[in-house]
Amino acid sequence: MEALLSLAVKAIFVENLALSFFLGMCTFIAVSKKISTAIGLGISVMIVQSITVPANNLILTYLLAPGALAWAGFPDVDLTFLGLISYIGVIAALVQILEMVLDKYFPPLYNALGVFLPLITVNCAILGGSLFMVERGYDLAEAATYGVSSGFGWALAITAMAGVREKLKYSDIPDGLQGIGITFITAGLMALAFMSFSGVKL
Amino acid sequence: MAQTKRELLIDPMVDNNPITLQVLGICSALAVTSSLQVAFVMSIAVTLVTAFSSMFISMIRNQIPSSIRIIVQMVIIASLVIMVDQVLKAYAFEISKTLSVFVGLIITNCIVMGRAEAFAMKNPPIASFVDGIGNGMGYGLILMMVGVIRELFGAGSLFGVTILETVNNGGWYVPNGMLLLPPSAFFIIGLIIWAFRTLKPEQVEEREYKIQVVEAH
Repeated sequence: MEALLSLAVKAIFVENLALSFFLGMCTFIAVSKKISTAIGLGISVMIVQSITVPANNLILTYLLAPGALAWAGFPDVDLTFLGLISYIGVIAALVQILEMVLDKYFPPLYNALGVFLPLITVNCAILGGSLFMVERGYDLAEAATYGVSSGFGWALAITAMAGVREKLKYSDIPDGLQGIGITFITAGLMALAFMSFSGVKL
Repeated sequence: MAQTKRELLIDPMVDNNPITLQVLGICSALAVTSSLQVAFVMSIAVTLVTAFSSMFISMIRNQIPSSIRIIVQMVIIASLVIMVDQVLKAYAFEISKTLSVFVGLIITNCIVMGRAEAFAMKNPPIASFVDGIGNGMGYGLILMMVGVIRELFGAGSLFGVTILETVNNGGWYVPNGMLLLPPSAFFIIGLIIWAFRTLKPEQVEEREYKIQVVEAH
């Protein structure tokens, strides 16, 4: 339990997907102009991330890993090279399903998040989360924890960024830095701030 | 075709750079730039994937039903990325270890999807191929610039060859360790964008609020 808790804290603060691995930067920069939209996108990412990371973990364990197909009578088959295409397929399919489920059963939520859901398929943070899960060899419980907490960390970062940018638009910025230039520098300062969490030992 | 092949190749490097102007593909651009060698391999990988995916997608652009085009593009891109990943693992294992997940993340690199969607779906294969190379090189250019700054001043070397002798090795240069850490990449890209836009004022974004001077009574 403690191991999972420390994994979660690490994924939210120390190894924040947006600020220390630069994942999901395109959307991070493009959709952080207003706090309300940033929160909407953040929540969608968190939901999708919490589903896809454990789902991909199951796919890896029972279909792709060396010897995983033993239950089907192929103990020598190693399909890990199909990993990338399977994970992106799972992500695209799950996002589509989630969109339909939300549309049918939770229309208000669908209306709020609808525009962001297709964007999420190509959000590097989602695929990145699954790839980190594979690289670090998480088991199912760890994968589930990592999915929720890394999604939360991303949501936290984009919401904070949107808060800063809402104030930033009233400032007198040099012409060339206007827009994305100053956004990058702000993101850099936020990344520096998040790095101070790396001293926290659990 | 309004643009010649030469324009297609040169235009994305400065005038229409995918990173500084279109803000595409920064997801993976920043994380792999702490050493020049890795940045170089990454640029080549992205250039090849963009060029070939654009070409293949353009070849079958008239056969793809528009409702499932994203999935089709995804499959083509993912297959190419798997090839790149396997080649790297076979011939450059050390570099593929350093790149870790970022090779896989070429799939979601917005440049590849962006060019497939915006250019390859409307243009013939050869032009799409050239456009892919151009955009990949525009991406590579920024990557290399950031890589040179970070490796030279952060570790005193280029491509692993010592240029500035560091204090630890009995030299004179005190390396700036912060340049090897993630935040520095944000600052450097921000400053590069500033430089590009100062040279090309037409790229400057509109202000949302203008500062007005109120006259004193």
